[in-house]
Amino acid sequence: MSALLKIDAVSKRFRGLVAVDRLSFEVPKGGIFAVIGPNGAGKTTLFNMIAGVFAPDSGAIAFAGERIDGLTPDRVCRRGIGRTFQLVRPFPALSVEDNVIVGALLHRQHVNAARAHAHEVLRRLDLYDKRVQRASALTLPDRKRLEVARALATDPKLLLLDEVMAGLRPTETDRIVAILKALNRESGLTILLIEHVMRAVMALASRILVLHHGAVISEGAPSEVVRDRAVIDSYLGAEAVS
Amino acid sequence: MRAMWSAIPRRGRVILLVLVALLLTAPLALDRYFISVLILIFYFAFVGQAWNIMMGFAGQLSLGHALYAGLGGYVAALLWFYFGIGPWLGVFAGVAIAALFGAVIGWLGFRFGIEGVYFALLTIAFAEFTRIAFDNMAFTGGAGGLFLLYDASRAHEWWNLRGGPLLFYYLGFALAAGAALLTAWLARSRIGFQWLAVREDQEAALSLGIDAFRAKMIAILISSSMTAIGGVLLAFYYNSLFPAQAFDISRSIEIILAPIIGGLGTIFGPIVGAFILTPLGEGLIALTAKFGIDVPGTKAVFYGLTLMVIITLRPDGVWPWLKRMLGLDETKP
Repeated sequence: MSALLKIDAVSKRFRGLVAVDRLSFEVPKGGIFAVIGPNGAGKTTLFNMIAGVFAPDSGAIAFAGERIDGLTPDRVCRRGIGRTFQLVRPFPALSVEDNVIVGALLHRQHVNAARAHAHEVLRRLDLYDKRVQRASALTLPDRKRLEVARALATDPKLLLLDEVMAGLRPTETDRIVAILKALNRESGLTILLIEHVMRAVMALASRILVLHHGAVISEGAPSEVVRDRAVIDSYLGAEAVS
Repeated sequence: MRAMWSAIPRRGRVILLVLVALLLTAPLALDRYFISVLILIFYFAFVGQAWNIMMGFAGQLSLGHALYAGLGGYVAALLWFYFGIGPWLGVFAGVAIAALFGAVIGWLGFRFGIEGVYFALLTIAFAEFTRIAFDNMAFTGGAGGLFLLYDASRAHEWWNLRGGPLLFYYLGFALAAGAALLTAWLARSRIGFQWLAVREDQEAALSLGIDAFRAKMIAILISSSMTAIGGVLLAFYYNSLFPAQAFDISRSIEIILAPIIGGLGTIFGPIVGAFILTPLGEGLIALTAKFGIDVPGTKAVFYGLTLMVIITLRPDGVWPWLKRMLGLDETKP
């Protein structure tokens, strides 16, 4: 499998603090790749660099063979990377449908075509029946799925998910996991997710990268990573694998 | 256009058609005074709509819209005054100059991330220094003002805006109606959705591939151009221009009151707001004049009180409430 996203010796400093330290890894095309690690490990900083919120201090990020580091967030999205936010930020005053239409309009000129595509995406995310509600009226699980729907509507090749399972009940987590798995299987969508909910990570990921203090401490298939001594000590804790 | 019409509920279409018919035939029954009030209502509905595109849809607060109206009016009036170039041509020059100022303000604000109240301060600053410049430029008449001669022998030249109140009445009506149609069309188009996204959450909009800078620039260009057209109309209606009036912040505030009271980000908000506010303001002037208590600033205080009352009672503006009352609201909560 060829790499869709290639992170090459990327570093980011905030004043004295090194948030991401010469990080390198590759996300294979068509895979579901999870980044885990304790709070402050640099996961969201990594995401923000990929999504164009800020540029890395050094290193390179390549997507589909082209450099994307330093591009603005809208340009990154137009290259084919969709993202969600850790703290969900749907457009509150807009209806669920209009939220998704905004995403669908990226590659569609006409609102009618965008609406048709939005309906398709909303059905996949189990939100079709709520399409006329205001986004601000949704429950947290629904808002999380709306974020995914909105990003998906931009027809990304790579979807960045920033803790979409956080704060959800196990049944809700399983629901999103099933949806994401189906998307990955049916449309070949590559997914890169940051996640704390190990239940979701283990069910979803084909590969896991463990970050600690901005650097990789382990990378591999889920079953290998959870047995890694360094991972257990720094993040999972002994009871997680018992 | 057809999609826009079919989006209006049946009852709404009937009400709309009746209102349009009433306004078109109203001059037959009304005297000059009421026609002059309606002309002002149309003017404020029109420029309010222009401001609404920028604030209500794209979420960019401008407190200096008098700048565009003043520039449009002055440019067209100066061309007429010095070269005899009619406003039907002068309006293009007025719009171009106003749009140029809009582009500079937009570029400065949106390129350098001057947002919210700071952007509003920028718009005020431009209006203020333009006012000071016009106060001191001899060829614009300076602080003493610019006067257009009203020549009765040319009163038939409607294309030069040399006509009576009826001309301005129907022109004002056409502009207000045209602006509402344009806004409705924009709101249902790609750029309309992009504006809403930028207004709601710019960072999220960027993450969906929206070029927020471009979207906001389009908004300020359309808004400043429309406002300049309104300024041309007013300049030839009053036949006089004074920097202290044309560019004053109180003028900018007058422009933004109707859409705020009527309902930001709605098509009918600026129209409803203008129909509420302008008659109240004009009625107040008539009353105070009658009782001889006409003190400068009375209108401003009155507008302020009206704004406070309506915003307290209907924070989203009158139109969303009125829409529900008339049974025209089909969206579910």
